[in-house]
Amino acid sequence: MSTNEEHRTPVSLSSVSENDPRMQPAAKNPERVERWIALLFVLGFVGFIGFGWAYWVDAAPWILGSTVGIAFSLIGIGVVAWGKYLMPKGPFVEERHDLRSTDEERDAFAAAIIQRGGGVIKRRPMLGALLGGGLGVFGIVALFPVLRSLGPLPGKTLTRTDWKKGSYLVTQDGRRIHVDDYKISEVATVFPEGFEETTNGQAVDQTIIIRLDTEDFTTKKGRETWGPAGYVAYSKLCSHLGCPVGLYEQQLQLLVCPCHQSMFDVTVGAQPNFGPAPRPLPQLPLFIDKDGYLRSQSDYLEPVGPGYWERS
Amino acid sequence: MSEVKTKRTAKAARGPYGNVGHALNELDDRLGSAKARNFLDKIFPDHWSFMLGEIALYSFVIILVTGTFLTLYYVPSQTVVTYRGSYAPLYGIKVTQAFASSVDLTFGVRGGLLMRQMHHWACDIFIGAMVVHMARVFFTGAFRKPRELNYSIGTTLLTLGIVNGFLGYSLPDDLVSGTGLRIAYSILESVPVVGTYLAFFIFGGNFPGTAVIPRFFILHVLLVPGIIMAMVGAHLFLLVRQKHTQFPGPGRTEKNVVGTPMFPVFMGKTTGYLFIVTGVTALLGAFVQINPIWLFGPYDAAKISYAVQPDWYMGFLDGALRIAPAWQTNNFGHTIPWEVTFPALILPGIIFGIAYAWPALERKLTGDKELHNLLDRPSEVPVRTAAGSAVLALVIWLFIASSTDVIANFMHLSLNNVLWFMRIATFIVPVLTYIITLKICQEMRDADGSGRRKTPNLVTRTSEGEYVSAAAPYHEEMEHHEEVAVPVPTFVVKDEAPSSDGVRTVER
Repeated sequence: MSTNEEHRTPVSLSSVSENDPRMQPAAKNPERVERWIALLFVLGFVGFIGFGWAYWVDAAPWILGSTVGIAFSLIGIGVVAWGKYLMPKGPFVEERHDLRSTDEERDAFAAAIIQRGGGVIKRRPMLGALLGGGLGVFGIVALFPVLRSLGPLPGKTLTRTDWKKGSYLVTQDGRRIHVDDYKISEVATVFPEGFEETTNGQAVDQTIIIRLDTEDFTTKKGRETWGPAGYVAYSKLCSHLGCPVGLYEQQLQLLVCPCHQSMFDVTVGAQPNFGPAPRPLPQLPLFIDKDGYLRSQSDYLEPVGPGYWERS
Repeated sequence: MSEVKTKRTAKAARGPYGNVGHALNELDDRLGSAKARNFLDKIFPDHWSFMLGEIALYSFVIILVTGTFLTLYYVPSQTVVTYRGSYAPLYGIKVTQAFASSVDLTFGVRGGLLMRQMHHWACDIFIGAMVVHMARVFFTGAFRKPRELNYSIGTTLLTLGIVNGFLGYSLPDDLVSGTGLRIAYSILESVPVVGTYLAFFIFGGNFPGTAVIPRFFILHVLLVPGIIMAMVGAHLFLLVRQKHTQFPGPGRTEKNVVGTPMFPVFMGKTTGYLFIVTGVTALLGAFVQINPIWLFGPYDAAKISYAVQPDWYMGFLDGALRIAPAWQTNNFGHTIPWEVTFPALILPGIIFGIAYAWPALERKLTGDKELHNLLDRPSEVPVRTAAGSAVLALVIWLFIASSTDVIANFMHLSLNNVLWFMRIATFIVPVLTYIITLKICQEMRDADGSGRRKTPNLVTRTSEGEYVSAAAPYHEEMEHHEEVAVPVPTFVVKDEAPSSDGVRTVER
């Protein structure tokens, strides 16, 4: 130890008296604060034991959470109070130094980058260009495996659904729809028979049927045969963002999308009359076969769901 | 009065280094970035052995990139499904989702097979490079004060690499990896007192349970790699902070580092090295099949195949497990399966314990408390070199012992004889290695002209048939010429003699 002290070189370090006002605690009565903090720490200690006990006996979640929550809060308050009231109150000061380097340092840095670094490229510009070109090509082709392996290309899957000429309309549990099943103003969600699952990219098939009138119902010109016995069918995918248009307002005869309150008038081809949806819901042409079951005349004649680039 | 702005005045306002210099200054106003020149001027000494750590670093980068690709397709689930993918021989078989998705990402995803093989190869290279890098550090004494901490970080990185390699190897849930998991489970069980609890908690019940694949997955892709990345960061930070070691040579002292600067020379070379490591890994992934899980088939706890081998870095543990004698103790109604506990837990504990403890041990044995920045030639320190070689020999021998069945089959020997040979040789090989290495080192150290550049000898045969050796006559080319190293200059002066004091004034 003595040899260490011999080797000590004296340096000037600032010192301050223990009695300096800056070294005193902020609290007027430190002993009282100390007792309070000690109490908080003891309670926290008990709280952690309580957590262990609660876990052991598999107590209710609120007991588990409140033991550890109260314990951490109390200990946290105690530690903050320690720092705020019992540690030297100061004030002390720290100088702020400019981040900016000296002119010499700046010149030297610029020289290192531009002269030393740029110099090797300038000396052999062809190698620099070829390397840059090669790596640039890699940057582009590296996207191929990253992007192309992720999934199939869209192809025609966005413009076609599983509805075909003569598809039976079925409910989600597979029951075919008979013309007498629904009264006027009743609605149902239907799928083409065999595609009742809404997983595996089959969400596009969902269709909502509404019985509007006992007569054949025409929503728009050219759709005279689409609504036999008052049944009209629309894609259930909102033309705004693809939420299921799941609410039917009977009095106003509006389909309402619960996501952003787009409303579609079902009597005029689901024309939107309120909200952000830009297009009508596509209508599915229906017919009733000789046994009285509802079937589709064809697929939807336009893409269902929200807008996208390739949509014509 | 307003100044007329012209292109010339604008250019002059940007200073002598144009737009790039202007941008650098703007950055410096905000960050003080020009002070980073010290980092650009940092000197890297040149020796081929200093690149071994770089191989490890760059293969880790490849592991991260290819691994991220794999996570886009892999499903960490032990739920049993019917395989209906594109690989016909397995069609219709009940497999776990983990296995099905591993096969699907191999054959059903464009580029999947290459990515999987590159990931596996990069891992084998990663751990191999770490072992060789560690050997370099050990045998040249680079671990000595002040670098003991960085040596410990490196040893921990090796341990974590092995652990994460095993975790990843288990994820495809194929027949071979499942067998590995079965063995790992039993090793956990062998821990005295708490073994069964450990095994049940880690696997979520009795083997195989349903939890181990998702648990190993999150450990493999998040927790352990996160720790590895943080420790690699610390490893490199300390490397920069403490500066590189160097071999002794002209102009090289304990107080300096001689070599080429970080920017642009080392940066250029090391970037090229990243590409080479990537290239070699891609070629291995393209041409050398590794871990063909589609041939192994899905794991079934009741099935096993012949010559089941773990990845190479687990080989020494497997070898130790094979040759350990069947000794277990049963006292006070409790079994300690030493035939498992010793080779699988205590022995690697001892080997890694020696590795961690060596710097302190050597300080204690030699009494050397000095700072060392110049490296030893391995032959100059015979005891250290011999001790390291003995431990390496033990590990390599245990690795060889992991193929007792293959050796017996291939060489038409009795498996029993092979086993006993391995057992006895496990004790003889390290001792022999120690003695032989010690002798070689001592003779090399004491040889005439040791450590100096070799000069040619001329051997002549006399008419009597006697051979006479004499130093060859002096040639200019025999002299090894090396420029005297100078600090990295700030400016490069073109076509003009630098001023006598080497200082240049910049117009600003």
